[in-house]
This record gives sequence, C-alpha cells and structure tokens, in this order.
Amino acid sequence: MAGEIHTSTDYIKHHLQNLTWGQHSDGTWGLAHTAQEAKEMGFWAFNLDTLGFSVVLAVIFFFLFHRVAKKATTGVPSGAQNFVEMIVDFINDSVRGSFSGKNDLVAPLALTIFAWIFLMNLMDLVPIDWIPGLAGMVGLPFLKVVPTTDPNATFGMAIAVFALVLYYSIKIKGVGGFVGELTLQPFGKWALPINLFLEGVTLISKPISLALRLFGNMYAGEMIFILIAIMYGSGLMMGSFAGILQLGWAIFHILIITLQAFIFMTLTIVYLDMAHQEHH
Amino acid sequence: MNINATLIGQSISFFLFVWFCMKFVWPPLMVALNERKKNIADGLAAAERGRQEHELAERHAKDVIREAKDEAANIIAQAQKRSSEIVEEAKNEAKAEGDRLITAANAEIDQEINRAKEALRGQVVSIAVAGASRVLKQEIDEKAHNELLEDLVAQI
Repeated sequence: MAGEIHTSTDYIKHHLQNLTWGQHSDGTWGLAHTAQEAKEMGFWAFNLDTLGFSVVLAVIFFFLFHRVAKKATTGVPSGAQNFVEMIVDFINDSVRGSFSGKNDLVAPLALTIFAWIFLMNLMDLVPIDWIPGLAGMVGLPFLKVVPTTDPNATFGMAIAVFALVLYYSIKIKGVGGFVGELTLQPFGKWALPINLFLEGVTLISKPISLALRLFGNMYAGEMIFILIAIMYGSGLMMGSFAGILQLGWAIFHILIITLQAFIFMTLTIVYLDMAHQEHH
Repeated sequence: MNINATLIGQSISFFLFVWFCMKFVWPPLMVALNERKKNIADGLAAAERGRQEHELAERHAKDVIREAKDEAANIIAQAQKRSSEIVEEAKNEAKAEGDRLITAANAEIDQEINRAKEALRGQVVSIAVAGASRVLKQEIDEKAHNELLEDLVAQI
C-alpha cells in the first residue's frame, strides 16, 4: 500500500511483488499483504494479477478476432478484417516458412502465442503507477500489471509448449523412436549415458530458454521503467529528464515487446517442427 | 517472484485459448483468405481469357470486313457489266424496231402504188373508151361493136 512506501528500495520491492492469494500460515485463505506472507504461502498460491490480466487480455483478443472471423467476407475486407487478416497472413507465412509437417494445431497455436504475449508485453507501456495506484485506492496491497514479468506466466506457457513438443514427438516417432532419439545419438549406442545427458540437456533447455528469455527481457524492461519512475520524485530537473527517458525507453520497448512475442512464437514453431521430423 | 500454482493456471488457460483459437478463430479466417485468393486467381484467369477472346474477335471482325469489301466490289463490277449489257440490248431492240417500221412503211407504200395503178388503169380505159366512142360515134354502132370493145378492155 502506498502509505508503506518510504524508500526507493521499498518502492521497487512493492512494484515487483505479485498480488498473491493462498493459505496463510494460520490456516486461513486470503491475500498476502507482505512479500514475506506471500513467500510463506508456498506452491499452492495464485498470483491473481498475473492470471487476471493474462486472461482478460486473451479474452479481449479473442473477442475482437472471433467477431471478425464470424463475419469474415471473401469480398473486399473492411478495416478490422483487414487488420486481422494482415496478422493472420503474417503468422501463416511464418508457420509455412519454419514448419514442414502437416498439423492444423500449429498455426492457431502460433497466432495465440504471438497475440497473447504481445498484449501481455504491451501492458508494460502503461505508466507503471497508474493501474497499481488505482488498485491501491481499492485496497489491494500489490498489483503487477505485466503478466510476462512474472516467471509463473512465462514458465506456464513454456511448459505447455514443452508438453506439446513431448506429445507430438511420441505421437510421430512412437515411444521407441523418441527414446532412441534421446539415447542413441550423437555417439551411437555404446555411449548411451553421455547421449542421454547431452540430448536431455538439449530437450530441457528448450522450455527453460523459452521462458527465461521472455521473462528476462520483460523483467529488465519493467525494472528500467521503475527506475525511471523513481527519478520523478527527485526535483523538477530530474523529473523532466525522467520524462524524456521514459518516452525514449517506451518507444524502444515497442520494438522489444513485438520482437519477444515473435521470438517465442517462432521458437515454438521450430521446436514443434523438430518434434515432427523423424530423422535429423 | 515466487514460483507457485499460477504456473498451472497459466498452462491451463494457455491450452484453453489455443483450443478456442483453433476451433473458432483460425478456420473461418483461413477459409475467407483462401476463398479470396481463389477468387482473385479466377478473376485474373478470366481477364486473360477475355483478352484472348477479344483479340480473336478483332481478327475475325477484320476478316469479315475484308470479305464484305470484296463482295461489294464484286457486286459493283457485276452491276456495271449488267448495265452496259442492258444499254446494248436496248440499242439493238431500238434498231430492230426501226427496221421493222421502215419495212412496214415500205410495204404500205407499195400497196398504195398498186392501188393507184389499178384506179388509173380503170380510168384510162373509160377515158379511152369515151374518147374512142366520141370519135367513132357516128360510124360505129354501139351494139355492133360491143363485142370488140369488151375484148379491148380485157386486153388493157
């Protein structure tokens, strides 16, 4: 809560804390009011802000796209349909470019990933005190607006993608084929443990790199916005300088958020493509 | 910053959204896009076909015009030939008619001449008889010499 903030450190910590809902140490369920409380809740707790914002953003996205898709005409497209078709065409081209197999899931998956991550990243451009400030007035202790700065969100998506990779690897190559791929290369069957170690690392690194890349980029961006925001409190000169900095960083950040969404999407397509290939 | 059950929630919502996208968003858009692509391709093909047909029609029209010109020239030539023929025929007919008229006139003239000759002959006889009778009135008895006179008339 705004009243508790005295130092820059407090301000930063406050902005990096999720709104967590879980079981308190005394056995009751409720919101965590300090970072300590949130930590004590353990695994079975939910970051309501991450889940809420991500779901709301996805719903907005699907509302817009579904409305256009329902009325999609084959004639001359109107403004909204034009925009949607542009994105869909772009995704479709990307999928055709990197995915060689035949799977009706991949293109919609890519569209969902791209649009969803882009929208979640886009929340980073909202001035960082606006929404948490409003939430503070309502009485919420913490609020983190950008879901992709929460590792839970990025890991959640990366694990989902990983599950799809495992599913299609086994479905296309069979259990034997998949296990063989993990154990019999690159050194042949006499070096089985080494093979398993190398291939295992390769496999596990896929979701981890996916999740950490997105999380790291967005977390760093968010942190810079927070640091710029601290400067507003230190006089007129620093404040106006901070305004220019924030504008510059926001403009640069537009590139980053789009790029990160695109990278997540492209890597997902590539990983699924690898899962569909029998032999490399 | 704690890893907690948000992870699971995020994964579940992710799958739900992908499913929704796959079911309700992607297919209708792709159908529309592909159909438009096909329409455009068809339109372009039709335009190409139309262009070729137009070219063909133009060539055909040129042929027709050339044929028509030839035919018109033919007809004009024939008409000229025919007209000169007609003039020639008319000339010949007129000449023949003239000749016929001249012959008829000549025949009539001959007839008139003969008739006049006959009349003159009769009158000459009667004048000769009258003259002779005046000369011979006294000496010749009409009754006695009637036979002789009639013989004379027949001779003339």
